[in-house]
Amino acid sequence: MFEAVAIVTGLAVLFGAILGYAAIRFRVEGDPLVDEIDALLPQTQCGQCTFAGCRPYAEAMARDEADINQCPPGGETTIQALADLLGREPKPLNAEHGETAPKTVAVIDEETCIGCTLCIQACPVDAILGAPKQMHTVIAEECTGCDLCLPPCPVDCIEMVPISDTIETWTWPYPQGMGSRQ
Amino acid sequence: MNRPLHDFPGGLRLPGHKHISTSQAILRAVLPKRLYLPLHQHIGEPSETLVAPGDHVLKGQMIAKATDYVGAPVHASSSGTVVDVTLLPVPHASGLDAPTIVIETDGEDRWVDRTPITDYAQLDLSDLRNRIRCAGLVGLGGAAFPSFIKMNPGPHHRVRTLVLNGAECEPYITCDDMLMREQPQAILRGAQIMMHALQADECLVGIEDDKPQAIAAMSAAAAAFGAIEVVPVPTRYPAGGERQLIQVLTGKEVPSDGLPPDIGVVCQNVATAAALQRAIDAGEPLISRVVTVSGGGVRTPRNLEVLIGTPMHELIEQCGGYHNAAQRLVMGGPMMGFSLESDSVPVIKATNCVLSLAADELDVGHATLPCIRCGRCAEVCPASLLPQQLYWHAQAKEFDTVQSYNLFDCIECGLCSYVCPSHIPLVQYYRFAKTEIWAQERNKRKADIARQRTEFRAFRLARDKQERAARHAAKRAALKDAGAGGTRQAAIEAARERAEQKRMEQTAELNAARDAKIAEVKHAIAAQTERQEAAPTSKTVDAVTSSSNRETPDNQ
Ligand code: SF4
Ligand code: SF4
Ligand code: SF4
Repeated sequence: MFEAVAIVTGLAVLFGAILGYAAIRFRVEGDPLVDEIDALLPQTQCGQCTFAGCRPYAEAMARDEADINQCPPGGETTIQALADLLGREPKPLNAEHGETAPKTVAVIDEETCIGCTLCIQACPVDAILGAPKQMHTVIAEECTGCDLCLPPCPVDCIEMVPISDTIETWTWPYPQGMGSRQ
Repeated sequence: MNRPLHDFPGGLRLPGHKHISTSQAILRAVLPKRLYLPLHQHIGEPSETLVAPGDHVLKGQMIAKATDYVGAPVHASSSGTVVDVTLLPVPHASGLDAPTIVIETDGEDRWVDRTPITDYAQLDLSDLRNRIRCAGLVGLGGAAFPSFIKMNPGPHHRVRTLVLNGAECEPYITCDDMLMREQPQAILRGAQIMMHALQADECLVGIEDDKPQAIAAMSAAAAAFGAIEVVPVPTRYPAGGERQLIQVLTGKEVPSDGLPPDIGVVCQNVATAAALQRAIDAGEPLISRVVTVSGGGVRTPRNLEVLIGTPMHELIEQCGGYHNAAQRLVMGGPMMGFSLESDSVPVIKATNCVLSLAADELDVGHATLPCIRCGRCAEVCPASLLPQQLYWHAQAKEFDTVQSYNLFDCIECGLCSYVCPSHIPLVQYYRFAKTEIWAQERNKRKADIARQRTEFRAFRLARDKQERAARHAAKRAALKDAGAGGTRQAAIEAARERAEQKRMEQTAELNAARDAKIAEVKHAIAAQTERQEAAPTSKTVDAVTSSSNRETPDNQ
């Protein structure tokens, strides 16, 4: 019995150490270029770029295996920033990956929700709260609007609601160009 | 009285158009039937409503509380009934709607209990500041920054000089001028309280020299107050800019990345001082202000004492209505103000002027031409910026570069646009760039949180996997213990077999559980549909926000 306890403890310590080491290695010695690229991506984690999230896409770009115009949520701004960082020519968003759409937030209809937890498992940022058989709810501030929770929902009770501008988030429009009259 | 004055860079003498609204005394505006009080009238976080439709409120009652240090409460400007708390148009350049409390006034104008402070000097300084905070006081010069924060420069700053801003440099606006003529006592008393709060040694009241009556009234009243000096300053736009006025009066320049307290100065507007005096001496929160109603588009321009929340069209009506020539409605002055789409928006704490401009007062119809590098914009810029460079990088959306040209030092005085012979709307580009940079920063903060949460999720999944692995290992080890007796190899083999069997059992169990779950889910859907058909639900999407204590769906 003692042996078993010792082995388990030993394993736990070992795994912990590996994980801890991985975490440190990941942070400190992770490719600084990947970090820099990742910092420019919107972190919606939607996968529209065909990668399993923003960081994998960043890694692919760092290896020169992906183009800089594959992220619809980031749109023109992100492409410009990536072009600046990587010293490439900016190009229009690749339509194969989708269009830049207005930002949205997921809202769960709690009347219909059956508490199956499938959306929780799909959410890339753990923005959905709820326990098995309890209705779920979305933490709006954490939701990235990635749409990933929609397909798994067996009762289609999640809706993506556009986030409208408020006076706090509104931005001045770009002025009319040359030749225009004020 | 012969204080040496200093100069600020750039600036320009502009046509004042001030006399058109100063021939009549300030008039108290008629009590409106409905008051519209937006929750966000200040710099900082929006306030949170304390009332709901149906509530009866008294004049001066707090109806929305500050939610953050940088914030200000909102008070009912008159007594009546709250009829709505909803999204309505507010005076903002965006033209967007924002949360607003609507009060139907009862005509009684009945005050809440007021608690004046008889001797402010006896009050603890932090209590004094809290009073100012609770009175909802913000800078009335137009910026609407919460006043109590400026009254608290912190332990590392020794504020020697309070600068009282009565310059009122922008064309058309005369509300401070009229207030200084009519209520110099209140202003100076307020300044005295501010000096006490700041423990300042002196107060300099800067007034542009095109306001002789205000200077005379203020100087006469100041004789009774020690350490307060009224200083006429040359009329040159934008002498009323905080940094510019401080430089003119003290010769000291506020550092680009700093604030006035860094050089021992705090600057407040004269109207703010008068409102502070009312808050302390009378216990009355900020519920009204003087508003200039002017411009060639309004028949009898003048200044009105207006309850915050009064719709602007009521002010225009009380000033004789619109001229046929009226073209554009502006809140603020012609240089720094912004156009309004509708005159139904209310006066808010920041409304110093409602301007109806006639066609001949508008500088419109010029085509924008390319920059000819004449350098006039740089000559007039009071912030010593290079507007032409700022423009170049802002129009190219090179936001890093435009910031390296000190975009955020631009006070949006509008002089560069005003003098540009090519009629380039320069300030529009700076406003665009500034708000765009803020939006990007907001997005970045949000992205950073999302990245952390993604990383944490990856960690959580890895940890769960590790824990599962550890559990399995424990089982295997236990089996091995039980199998001791045969050869070691055989024991391991036996343990493996048992483990394998166990695994298969578990898989079967899991499958069964999953099937049960699926059945359950199907059942739940059926039950749900049944219930919905039986009793159509009236709950709305609002329910999304209240989640914790509702009963779980019936799964039988
Ligand atoms: S498309 Fe953009 S936001 Fe979506 S996962 Fe890829 S990089 Fe991230
Ligand atoms: S004033 Fe106008 S034309 Fe002259 S340098 Fe400035 S931006 Fe160019
Ligand atoms: S608007 Fe800005 S850049 Fe233009 S003159 Fe004024 S401070 Fe200078």
